[in-house]
Amino acid sequence: MSRLAYIGLAIAALFILAAIFAPWVATHDLAAQDLAMRYVPPSAEHWFGTDGLGRDVFSRVVYGARISLEVGITVVLVSSVFGTMIGAIAGFYGGIIDKFLSGYVFNVFLAFPGLLLAIALVAFLGAGQGKLIAALCVIGWVSYARVIRGQVLKVREYDYVLAARALGAGNMRILFTHIMPNAIQPLIVQASLGMAGAVLSEASLSFLGLGIPPPAPSWGTMVEEARQFFSSSPHVLFFPGAAIALTVLAFNFIGDGLREYLDPKQRTR
Amino acid sequence: MKYRLLNFARQLALMLLVIWTVVSLVTLLIEIVPGDPATVILGETATQEQIENFRAKHGLDQPAFFFTYESEGGFTWNGADNRYADYWLGLLQGDLGTSFQTDRPVRDMIFARYPATIKLAIAAMLVAIGIALPLGVLAGSRKNSIIDNFASFFALLGISLPTFVIGPFLVHIFAVRLGWFSPTGSYYPEDIVLPAVTLGAALSAILTRMVRSSVIEELGEDYVRTARAKGVSERMVLYKHVLKNGLIPVVTILGLQLGVLLAGAIITEKIFNWQGLGLLLLEDGIGKRDYRLVQGCVLVISVTFIIANSLTDFVYRKLDPRIRLS
Repeated sequence: MSRLAYIGLAIAALFILAAIFAPWVATHDLAAQDLAMRYVPPSAEHWFGTDGLGRDVFSRVVYGARISLEVGITVVLVSSVFGTMIGAIAGFYGGIIDKFLSGYVFNVFLAFPGLLLAIALVAFLGAGQGKLIAALCVIGWVSYARVIRGQVLKVREYDYVLAARALGAGNMRILFTHIMPNAIQPLIVQASLGMAGAVLSEASLSFLGLGIPPPAPSWGTMVEEARQFFSSSPHVLFFPGAAIALTVLAFNFIGDGLREYLDPKQRTR
Repeated sequence: MKYRLLNFARQLALMLLVIWTVVSLVTLLIEIVPGDPATVILGETATQEQIENFRAKHGLDQPAFFFTYESEGGFTWNGADNRYADYWLGLLQGDLGTSFQTDRPVRDMIFARYPATIKLAIAAMLVAIGIALPLGVLAGSRKNSIIDNFASFFALLGISLPTFVIGPFLVHIFAVRLGWFSPTGSYYPEDIVLPAVTLGAALSAILTRMVRSSVIEELGEDYVRTARAKGVSERMVLYKHVLKNGLIPVVTILGLQLGVLLAGAIITEKIFNWQGLGLLLLEDGIGKRDYRLVQGCVLVISVTFIIANSLTDFVYRKLDPRIRLS
């Protein structure tokens, strides 16, 4: 794997550890306000300074990793499992089932640009972590389904699948023990890129006020709250902003690295 | 010819089917609002009479769909007098309904603001092309050079930095420090620069990568070797032969990214207080729980995106004879 992928792994590991051990890593109480200490620049006491309510930015960024990764991992898990199932059905059965799923259903979900469907769902359902995750899964599963469908279409034509069928293996056995293990490799790449996308989407929705409501320390909410005072106290926006960018960058690095590693044709480039 | 017409008809039918489904989904979205929309909008203090008047005015007293399902009664047929059919009837006459909050036609509210968003999206696209084309060509024709590494780094940065982080930074540097532009608003022509750069940053990153790999791929083709063997200068090879073919996939990405720009504009418009459709959706629609307006905005953006995608597909087929024939 490329050097960038290892850098990505290191950054991701750092954020994952920070998220798991947040209560020990954080230096201050997450919600402790100190109005006498508003917008204090970074110091030995407050490593990342304090925000508009005098809360410690470092501690909030650390706890924010929990929210981002929780949302990201749940969205990737749910949408990849669901997407894989649908994609496998479309690719394996082919014919009218495939025409309906990949020709029609996939296109409908791809017809909503970017975040718009998630924004619409949250607008009608209301804000909150659970609803946000649901909305991101609704827009997320199609990319997995498309990848898996393509893979299954390819793998099902291999000779060993024909051999298994000749030996009397049933559809389910062929799909799960013969085709799927050889088809899910690109899923890892997709999951990694999907993780980057989910973290970014969560931050974006929270920034728009449609994600996880305050006072929860979502990085997107923190950026939104700090925006007005950026010129006088840039640190309040800089650190959560950098956390989002680094996390997204890390998972993109990992995804790109894995793709190159799994696809020897790209490796020589 | 007959085959091509048939193919075109099939594409068109699929597009219409997708539009129908998308519109239906958006129409039915209002049904997932927890509680009664009338009570949500009018508040706890509204009298029963006010609520009933509101419902009657906006058709909320009618059934939602052709049939309803209840666990006890099973399916009940509601006939053609339902909200879904009404909304469609209106749509076919170009009517997007009446705003729950302002009583103005949603169509007028949207079309008053849509040009600003389109302008922003096009400006962002121009910014992205202006950055990506030279950078991508340079990087691709000088593989593994310093400029190539810089381009790759720039591309990754552009993809990873969220719009809402880039925006405030640009405002701080170019509006607050240097005073070249106003920090927010859309009064003067030059006010579009910062929002367009903010919105176009991610796209310029994606495009740079595309142009780079496209140039690298085309440079390896046989026709390039032939041209070089004939003694065509490297500059001519690059600009006349490679770019012409290499830009085909880039055109596709541009078309597909238009939707991402329209959706991304929501965030950019919020940062810069740009009076476009995104801000209308966010502040007047979602902020004031004007569900009819939200429906209209989502619908208009999605349908624009679907049509843009289909057009891109069409142009792509025209541009590349290999695809046209297959």
